[in-house]
Amino acid sequence: MNTIQKLGIGLFLLSIIIFTAVLGLNTYNLSESALDHISNDTHRNTIIKQAKDSGVLGKEYNSNIAFISDFKSILKSSQARLEESYKANPPEDVDEWDYKLGDWMMKDYTINSLKATGDGLVSNNPFLFLFLTFGLGIIGGLLFIIPKYKALPGIKNDNIYHSSLTRGLRFTPRVGILLAVIIGMLVYGFKYMGGVIFWPLVTAIVAILITLLVFSHEKKKETGPPRSASVPVTGWIGFFAGFYLIGFYILLYWMPEYITNWTTIVDPVSNMLSGKDASQWFLYGLMYTVIVLVMGLRMMSKYRHNKYQRVRTASVMFFQTGIAFLLPEILTRLNYPYYDFKNIWPLNYTFFFDWNINNLIESGGLGIFMLVWGIVLIILGVPIITYFYGKRWYCSWVCGCGGLAETLGDPFRQLSDKSIRAWQYERYIIHGVLVFAVVMTALVLYHFFTGSTRILFLDSGNVRQWYGFLIGSAFAGVIGTGFYPLMGNRTWCRFGCPLAGYLGLVQKFKSRFRITTNGGQCISCGNCSTHCEMGIDVRHYAQRGQNIVRSSCVGCGVCAAVCPRGVLRLENGSSDIGERVDEIKNVHIKDLINAE
Amino acid sequence: MYIYMGHMRKVDTQPYEPYFWEKNRIDLVQDHVFKVDFNKKSLNLKSGKSISYDKLILSLGSKSNMFGWPGQDLDAVGGLYSMQDLEQMEAYSPELKRAVIVGGGLIGIEMAEMFRSRDIPVTMLVREESYWSNILPKEESAMVTRHINDHHIDLRLGVNLEEIVDDGNGKACAVIVKETGERIECGYVGLTAGVSPNVAFLKDTGLIIDKGITVNNNLETNIADVYAIGDCAQISEPKPGRRPIEAIWYTGRMMGEVAAYNACGKPVTYDPGIWFNSAKFLDIEYQVYGDVLANPPEHHATFYWEHPDGDKAIRLVYDVNDKTILGFNVMGIRFRHEVCEKWLKEKTPLETIIQDLSLANFDPEFYKQYEQDLLDAYNSQHGTSLKLKKKRKLDQVIQFLKA
Repeated sequence: MNTIQKLGIGLFLLSIIIFTAVLGLNTYNLSESALDHISNDTHRNTIIKQAKDSGVLGKEYNSNIAFISDFKSILKSSQARLEESYKANPPEDVDEWDYKLGDWMMKDYTINSLKATGDGLVSNNPFLFLFLTFGLGIIGGLLFIIPKYKALPGIKNDNIYHSSLTRGLRFTPRVGILLAVIIGMLVYGFKYMGGVIFWPLVTAIVAILITLLVFSHEKKKETGPPRSASVPVTGWIGFFAGFYLIGFYILLYWMPEYITNWTTIVDPVSNMLSGKDASQWFLYGLMYTVIVLVMGLRMMSKYRHNKYQRVRTASVMFFQTGIAFLLPEILTRLNYPYYDFKNIWPLNYTFFFDWNINNLIESGGLGIFMLVWGIVLIILGVPIITYFYGKRWYCSWVCGCGGLAETLGDPFRQLSDKSIRAWQYERYIIHGVLVFAVVMTALVLYHFFTGSTRILFLDSGNVRQWYGFLIGSAFAGVIGTGFYPLMGNRTWCRFGCPLAGYLGLVQKFKSRFRITTNGGQCISCGNCSTHCEMGIDVRHYAQRGQNIVRSSCVGCGVCAAVCPRGVLRLENGSSDIGERVDEIKNVHIKDLINAE
Repeated sequence: MYIYMGHMRKVDTQPYEPYFWEKNRIDLVQDHVFKVDFNKKSLNLKSGKSISYDKLILSLGSKSNMFGWPGQDLDAVGGLYSMQDLEQMEAYSPELKRAVIVGGGLIGIEMAEMFRSRDIPVTMLVREESYWSNILPKEESAMVTRHINDHHIDLRLGVNLEEIVDDGNGKACAVIVKETGERIECGYVGLTAGVSPNVAFLKDTGLIIDKGITVNNNLETNIADVYAIGDCAQISEPKPGRRPIEAIWYTGRMMGEVAAYNACGKPVTYDPGIWFNSAKFLDIEYQVYGDVLANPPEHHATFYWEHPDGDKAIRLVYDVNDKTILGFNVMGIRFRHEVCEKWLKEKTPLETIIQDLSLANFDPEFYKQYEQDLLDAYNSQHGTSLKLKKKRKLDQVIQFLKA
């Protein structure tokens, strides 16, 4: 590492520290005008009165935590007061729910009040802090990455298992953290579902059932520690990186009121693009895009001898920046629906939600086109393109989750678990999520068309709420990305993504795509398996001269890139689907036996 | 190699998960055999146990060659064959200011790459005038030599090791070069001048041993129910064009299968097929199929194409008399084993191959293809007007292979 790169790392770390500190660098002083964003007069006046009574109005807060706590209790007492006065004296000209203060409004009221009230260093200098966080982070990243282009082209995996960031954790602490996060999510889910235990309980039972199934496959005699077990590596920097990411996702999904200072510093960018102030989703989208772009440059420097990797990385950078980030913002500015043209159901699980369908239908010609486009992708796009090229066309060329995994996640790809046990878990969980997504969507559509919310004991509202919480947020975000430094960069894609499950079924049974093995050239070195982000034991096939046809393969091509003997090649061929040329492989001894 | 370089952990280099052995009813015993009693059919282990056998398959591997250099048994001197060798390298690597590698073959360059991955300066002492020029034809050897220098490895050609210097505590501290008398200070000396069968402990047991354990084409030794395979086996009557001892991975793999068939009562003779090999010289991949010799006999002619960048090349060796193919040498480009083998087996005319060469291209998608460049070069050299006839499509390859 040269001086410039060290400077780059220093700047990057500084930007992370400032970014974190930004959360606490504002002051809050609630004024009446700061509540103007509440358009409901009844609500606003009640809240102002409560704020006056409790002495919060005009009080100076140095911490958003204290402010949020006080503001929330104001909302609670306002809610109670409105509830009482409605009971005592129901107003005739106002609808009940325009009068009462619903739980779902509280989050918005809190966030908007924080943004309107926030004062001090961050709110007064958004550009400065935009530069000190995003700006310094980008500059630091580039200073670290660009010198890499001077190195000789070739495989650059030196010392990844010596680095505390990328060598992963020992089996026991890794499983411990995973269990802690899962249990934490279920407990929080209990609260999230309004104190109903049913869904967390069902989820826990399903998880235990899957575990029993997996372990029952491993007959006692065959059981051994899985491949990644009990390896004495503990990457502390990786641990803290994972910890930070997990924390970030928890704040983003469920406590957005605590990160309003972050959205404040990206308001200028959001205003430029869509003409609106930034939500936490804009913040996330901007960060996501910046990371894909900067880390995409890193990926390209690492594989610049490999054109497949360069083109593929450029593709995910383009789709994230243009199609997933900029286009929807521009659509919003033009008063069209926010729409990501490459996001396909069931990954895009809200696609068939009533508000989305209604929104698209009401938006005229373009909205109808978006609806039809989305449906065509599901029923024609996925099977046809996957038939020709395998699921890689989506997973490692187009998809946003894949894009992040292939750029930010590339340093962690070796941490995927290659054991058969992990493979068993993968099969049950990913197809389980696919079934869950289909059932949830069926209920939602049933509701949409019939107006009836219930089938048997299932309430479509609850089902979709739980799906959004458990799969959409906890799995895809907290575990999917938060666990990059702990379980590899494709944890979500491998174990959770229902679209990957769907694409995988097509790839497995009806696709021209496979990875072919080059005769007897495999030396069983293990690079291909180690660097497979999907945890496929590629070597198992390669050393037998077999082709690799696996539903999980996202076709990233890294196995072929890291192979020192030119053994693996990603290929499409129509003439042998179903048999995939096993009998002409170069296994000499078999030839001899057959000849006899 | 990859463990040291941090590309993989030890566990990742093991070809099977731990349960594999038990599942396949194989008792995996980790111990050291120090004596074999062929009369009693039993093995004596270092742990004091003994194991009796019905059939014995000896696969003893190799040991690094040492040629009686003064100081070859000092500490911080070692080859690169076993896990123990690797552990020793690892132990001396912190604080290492320079390593000297003696021997310019495939292991030597691997060892150099390993030290370079940790930014440890490396000097290579190579006997030949150009890297691996006893095996590689002149141009390829020159290419690798250039590449080694590009990687800042201090390559000394045409020199031999005189002695390894003791630092007074039984540890190597420098080497002396024979030709120049130069003393090169170093903290580690790698000895990578080839390997030889690891059979010393079986001398005088009744087993016939030449350089390796002598076996027939069924891999049987002179003692009943005893077979030898891999690096330690020496075939008494090798197939034409093959050497009696071939210390390469796939012959070991094939011998294992053949010995298993024979030991299980199904006689199969060992036939390694058409010669092939591959390696990776730092960043340049190398593949060879058929006969490509550094010093070819007179009836071998060669057509050589090299990319202007000097890091990719294709060599086609053919018979002067009937213009049929004899061998392929590929640098920086991947060829398809099955296709090359079929061409070689069928003694395909060179010009057919030049026109169909895309069938053999195994480079990743989007890579620039060089078949047209090669064909143009051939046409201009030979005054022919050949045209490319095949495309690099899997369907065409399958058709060709099935035909």
